[in-house]
Amino acid sequence: MDRNKHPIIDTAYRLVPATGSLLRTLGTVFMHGFRKRETVSYPEESVYLPPRYRGRIILTRDPDGEERCVACNLCAVACPVDCISLQKGEMDDGRWYPEWFRINFSRCIYCGMCEEACPTSAIQLTPDFEMGEYDRQQLVYEKEDLLINGPGKDHDYHFYKVAGMAIGGKDKGQAKDEEAPEDVRTLLP
Amino acid sequence: MSWWTPQVTAIFWGMFQALVILLGVVLLGAVLTVVERRFLGLWQDRYGPNRVGPFGTLQLVADMLKIFFKEDWIPPFASRGLFLLAPILAFASLLLSFLIIPITPGWGVADMHIGLLFFFALAGINVYSVLLGGWASGNKYALLGALRASAQTLSYEVFMGLSLMGVVAMAGSFNMRDIVAAQENLWFIIPQFFGFITFLFAGVAVTHRHPFDQPEAEQELADGYHIEYSGMKFGMFFIGEYVGMVLVSALIVTLFFGGWHGPLLPPFVWFALKTSGFLLLFMLLRAALPRPRYDRVMSFGWKVCLPLTLINLLATGAVMLWVGA
Repeated sequence: MDRNKHPIIDTAYRLVPATGSLLRTLGTVFMHGFRKRETVSYPEESVYLPPRYRGRIILTRDPDGEERCVACNLCAVACPVDCISLQKGEMDDGRWYPEWFRINFSRCIYCGMCEEACPTSAIQLTPDFEMGEYDRQQLVYEKEDLLINGPGKDHDYHFYKVAGMAIGGKDKGQAKDEEAPEDVRTLLP
Repeated sequence: MSWWTPQVTAIFWGMFQALVILLGVVLLGAVLTVVERRFLGLWQDRYGPNRVGPFGTLQLVADMLKIFFKEDWIPPFASRGLFLLAPILAFASLLLSFLIIPITPGWGVADMHIGLLFFFALAGINVYSVLLGGWASGNKYALLGALRASAQTLSYEVFMGLSLMGVVAMAGSFNMRDIVAAQENLWFIIPQFFGFITFLFAGVAVTHRHPFDQPEAEQELADGYHIEYSGMKFGMFFIGEYVGMVLVSALIVTLFFGGWHGPLLPPFVWFALKTSGFLLLFMLLRAALPRPRYDRVMSFGWKVCLPLTLINLLATGAVMLWVGA
């Protein structure tokens, strides 16, 4: 007899594997009780964050301890939510620096565009996300909140030592790998 | 003290027992809400509620505080009387069924000769809580839940009664103590295996728990029949479900696993151990199994379980006649 035709045999035929499947499911789920739990109990256990995690934004210093930021405004332009604002200032030796630098972290989406745009490795994102505040205004970070005493992820980069800009103590052509500027008068016909 | 006769002592002792069992069952039902979440967490590789108190033991207190202070809202479109009646029925009917459970040789509320029939009657009343709750809410989802509940009830109540008739036939009595006494040498799980299987299905369906929770069906019906309930009225539905779980586990233990019988350990410990084993099974079912479509549940009830119980009852009767003759 064709088993698909007779209803009783058909039902019985389908019941056996269905029962087996149910029992196997029960067994599998029960055995999960003996496995390691996936949950990280966060406040007690710290979470592993990869070094390139995009969290709280910092401003770094070059290896000599000077501010890296040259107030070029590229980060503020790159920022898709316009949370960065700054004001350019100029030192006596000709170096540019931000007079003030403000990041509104209640707007920031931690996309890292500012870090990509920065030509001097000044602005960097760090693996830290614990920035909760009860007052929204507390999330507006000023320059003294952002600036750290180190080079961050980029240990050796020193913008003014490779850039062609003349500052006090370093004239044009004296930067690393930079040739002396051509004396245009020698090119005259 | 001429009125202090042994009869008075017996009455007070009986009342004391009833009170202890009542409080114990309600408390167990409440504790189970947290225990179940912990076990579901364990089986899903996570922790579950472990924040309040050591290992989450005070979660129950937090839940109760929350549910007591919630707004107890009766929708203006609800039919008020029935709306109030439904959670009372849900809670009371299954709780009352504990009357017939013999816990140990000395403990148990009532020793009724109709025993098992009393449970069937109250399980029948329990359906009305879902039906009335869904109808009185004046909500389409609630009504759909109630509709499913009644369809499901039609399919499982029939074979639930039949599945236990084999046990009754073998024990020769509806009285629960007689049934336990009849299992002193051989638990009924062995001769009545198919009765046990079908009663397990029916028992899960009675409590409206996974995988037979079609009347609630959180994902499709947004909680089904108790969608309009809030505060302690919802709490009564909720605790009622867990009381039902305890009841069905205790019934299975009493009817198929020899009640308090067991070697070495005292009777109460055996009863508690077996019952908690089945409570664990209830939770495991919820953790593991998906919810079938409710027409499938109906066809499973009518086409598989009902014939199975009938054949089981016939075979039991035939064997008993054969052995008796």
